[in-house]
Amino acid sequence: MNCIIIDDEAAARAIVAQLCSKIPELDVIEQFDNAIEAIKFLNQQNIDVVFLDIHMPGFSGVDFVQTLKNPPKIVLTTSDTNFAIEAYEYESIVDYLVKPITLERFQKSIQKLKNISQQSPVGPSKEAGETASGEDLYINIDRRLIKLKLNEITVIEAKGDYIDIKTEKEVYHVHTTLKKIKEKLPEKVFMQIHRSFIINFNKIIDIEDNSVLIGKNVIPISRSNRPELMRRLNLL
Amino acid sequence: MIETPNLNYIKELAGEDIEFEKKFIHIIKKEFPEEVDTYLEQIQTNELLMAAETVHKLKHKFNILGLEKAYGYAVTYEEDLREGNNKMDMDFRSILQKITKYLTTI
Repeated sequence: MNCIIIDDEAAARAIVAQLCSKIPELDVIEQFDNAIEAIKFLNQQNIDVVFLDIHMPGFSGVDFVQTLKNPPKIVLTTSDTNFAIEAYEYESIVDYLVKPITLERFQKSIQKLKNISQQSPVGPSKEAGETASGEDLYINIDRRLIKLKLNEITVIEAKGDYIDIKTEKEVYHVHTTLKKIKEKLPEKVFMQIHRSFIINFNKIIDIEDNSVLIGKNVIPISRSNRPELMRRLNLL
Repeated sequence: MIETPNLNYIKELAGEDIEFEKKFIHIIKKEFPEEVDTYLEQIQTNELLMAAETVHKLKHKFNILGLEKAYGYAVTYEEDLREGNNKMDMDFRSILQKITKYLTTI
């Protein structure tokens, strides 16, 4: 399980990282001293578990949980015992660890995570993504999180280490890969029709032999993706 | 009487991982004085809500250093600060001083 640690105290992060190091299945990918940076990271990368300090100045753990559309599994780490009841109002919150966290208690929490993983896949699921059609996607541009309506996206084009996300009004240049954004998009609505292009199926105007017209953009269809595209069309 | 700080929790967590113990001591030696300075400044400028946030961070370190009574004291003080009351300041400072002195010995 990939995990990240969010805590404004370096000492607390070090302790959680040490606890994680004792669990072979856990791989700490990144640590953050604030929730905003973590949200930007989660928009770029799929993570299974977040160890989250609930009490942070500015943007709290609660704000963090409420901001994420499809949050990964979250284990709260906190000094406040009185938050426990409120914590379980959020489906993504799996457990609540009171500092200082003992190894024994931490292991129980990981077991709980494993049990849940066996019941349903950990992390943002495709199913969840599919229900997100018409909802939002946050993109990170120049340290700003910009909200895009998924149903306003027409085409996404790979441009080296970046992608261009095109809507009818704007083009957003984002530092990520086509593969990563594809994982965030509902499969029923978006389809990759070329190694450099993902299209919004609902925005197709017409299709010629080797290309799709979306707005004013003519998008090439690769030979390998053409059969799948044709299969999904409601042909008369 | 203030309890004596100790590294029992950290040593237990470290096990044979001496590097973690060293790393943690380095972190707490750096982070604790910074938080103490922040706290003192906030009290001086009467920013009590901000001071409550700092006490919240400091109380976690009390816990890590095995200071259960001091932790309980800090919980009460944090609540008092949120209500605009800093009467426990001097006693809280003596806890901070004790820990500061202890950190010079490890």
